[in-house]
Amino acid sequence: MKIHEYQAKELFVRYGIPVPPGKMTDNPEQASEAAKSIGGGIWAVKAQIHAGGRGKGGGVRLAKSLTEVNEHAKAILGMNLVTAQTGPEGQPVRKIYIEGGVDIAREFYLGMILDRSAEMPVMMLSSEGGMEIEKVAAESPEKIIKIYVDPLFGLKKFQILEAGYKLGLHKDDIKELYVFAKGLYDLYTGLDASIVEINPLVLTKEGRFIALDAKIVFDDNALFRHNEVVEMRDFSEEEPAETEAGKYGLSYVKLDGNVGCMVNGAGLAMTTMDVIKLVGGEPANFLDVGGNASAKTVAKGFEIILNDPNVKVIFVNIFGGIVRCDRIANGILEAIGGTGINIPIIVRLDGTNAPEALEILKKAGNPNIITSDRLSAGAKLAVQVAAGGEK
Amino acid sequence: MSILVGSGSKVIVQGFTGKEGTFHAQQCIEYGTNIVGGVTPGKGGEHHLDRKVFNTVKDAVAETGADVSLIFVPPSSGGEAIIEAAYAGIKIIVCITEGIPVLDVLKAKKYAEMKGARLIGPNCPGIITPEEAKIGIMPGNIFRKGRVGLISKSGTLTYEAANQIVKAGFGISTAIGIGGDQIIGTTFIDALKLFKEDDKTKAVVLIGEIGGDLEIQAAEYIKKEFNKPVMAFIAGQTAPKGKRMGHAGAIIASSKGTAEEKIKALRNAGVAVCDIPECFGELLKKEFEGIA
Repeated sequence: MKIHEYQAKELFVRYGIPVPPGKMTDNPEQASEAAKSIGGGIWAVKAQIHAGGRGKGGGVRLAKSLTEVNEHAKAILGMNLVTAQTGPEGQPVRKIYIEGGVDIAREFYLGMILDRSAEMPVMMLSSEGGMEIEKVAAESPEKIIKIYVDPLFGLKKFQILEAGYKLGLHKDDIKELYVFAKGLYDLYTGLDASIVEINPLVLTKEGRFIALDAKIVFDDNALFRHNEVVEMRDFSEEEPAETEAGKYGLSYVKLDGNVGCMVNGAGLAMTTMDVIKLVGGEPANFLDVGGNASAKTVAKGFEIILNDPNVKVIFVNIFGGIVRCDRIANGILEAIGGTGINIPIIVRLDGTNAPEALEILKKAGNPNIITSDRLSAGAKLAVQVAAGGEK
Repeated sequence: MSILVGSGSKVIVQGFTGKEGTFHAQQCIEYGTNIVGGVTPGKGGEHHLDRKVFNTVKDAVAETGADVSLIFVPPSSGGEAIIEAAYAGIKIIVCITEGIPVLDVLKAKKYAEMKGARLIGPNCPGIITPEEAKIGIMPGNIFRKGRVGLISKSGTLTYEAANQIVKAGFGISTAIGIGGDQIIGTTFIDALKLFKEDDKTKAVVLIGEIGGDLEIQAAEYIKKEFNKPVMAFIAGQTAPKGKRMGHAGAIIASSKGTAEEKIKALRNAGVAVCDIPECFGELLKKEFEGIA
């Protein structure tokens, strides 16, 4: 789960991580008021969306007067912000964050993620603040200091000392950095984050470390124990169909093609997309209805797929195991009956009792249902139908 | 022969009396797995599915001599269930539970390693040595005994592959579902090492997917040290970047973990990688022509 920068900064404050003073608003009329209460003579007006690269897209602007704050707020609120991470369709800006200026002496990057290969959380510290970290990693990996933290023992002071000396920091600054890094690690583990990123982390002229930006992504599996995080969820930033699917235990990802897919199991669902592409088509979605496909989940799956106007045909690919294919076939018929689908559905069933299941579907006599017992043959059929070919 | 589990395995089920635990324990018993008891705190002393229920894993191990545990507890207590099993001296911990927080899995895996226990999963279908022991949720009827080792991150793809292998006239020595989470107990390399030492396993089918680099590590190992034919399939060639595809671990993070790089690494290691799971039958026929 993602949250906004202003929310991440609220959490930072709870963990003792310093941030500049700031205020969120969704009303352009309140922007200059917010800036005034923050004080100072320079402010940043920042679009709050769940995607990075906001600055380059014109979603972060500096203001040197309250009038300018007002102008920027009006320009940014309601704009459709296109960044490298939003995709070409962009993301509408519904909230802005007004933040006080900071006297920057040096900029750094500080982040923490799970290193799957090392099987440990890793803190990354770099002198290349403000740069895209992926770019730094690709072009000059030596500029990223990696601090691996054993989850059984936690972050140790000497690890930060080591990193601080490598960066050529003064010993007083290193002490500050440790307090900062410890807060970050405590937040990462305490709130079950999967990514925490501060870019840039700035060292001010007064010798304080401050998080100028903040990004947190949480481990969805751990949300059950963090109500304070769940409350921060902003549904307007999410793809509605994906949210809807999640409510029913389905996992759905929208894609751009015209062959709708409904599959049991994530691995098989990805494979189905791949095979559709392999035989010359384009999948409209990833949809995993779970290992135990039932009439109810299948019906919900149809509903979600049909909400996508691009879908010309639905390819149902289910491998029946303990839940036998004949039961699944009946479930599919029940679901189709309930949703009144009028586009062709290619059903490929294999596994336990597959022949009986295909017989059940044939006997149902619905001209929209076409059966297949092989994945590639079924996919080919679906692609042909989607292209307007024969059934 | 087989790896890790067989007819001699004594299995207990954690989360024995719950809905999932009951259903799948019953299926395992019907398959012939030696389920010797189960654990549900507060129900110690009761009987369930004709087996004794214990309050703790320690009690269960003390009385039954169990060496394998099959876990069906809710995700919030999944990490603790793994730790409890390792603490009680269980040697093979098969965790089916999906949705355990990754930091919990990380700690539980480290603890299990310290105790000399092997974790399989979590978020996996389990492990099966056909016609001996089914310790998981896979449909046992799909599998036949044979000489192909199967290692897979995905549940239904495991069944799909097993079905293809059996339809082509071959069988399976042991199939391990290693799971689709970001951190998993037994990796491709771990399983390959075991299959290397197993005389009855003559070839290995490996099923991977996008996310992480376990397949690439496996490719390096295969190139250097693995001496049996390997066939592979990698799911997710068309998956968009940065989107989680059902499994917690199936995500291409900043261009890393793509299907393309995994396929390339495996091919480079001499692995026959195919585009559709249907090809396994054909590949095996080719592979075994000389041997059989």
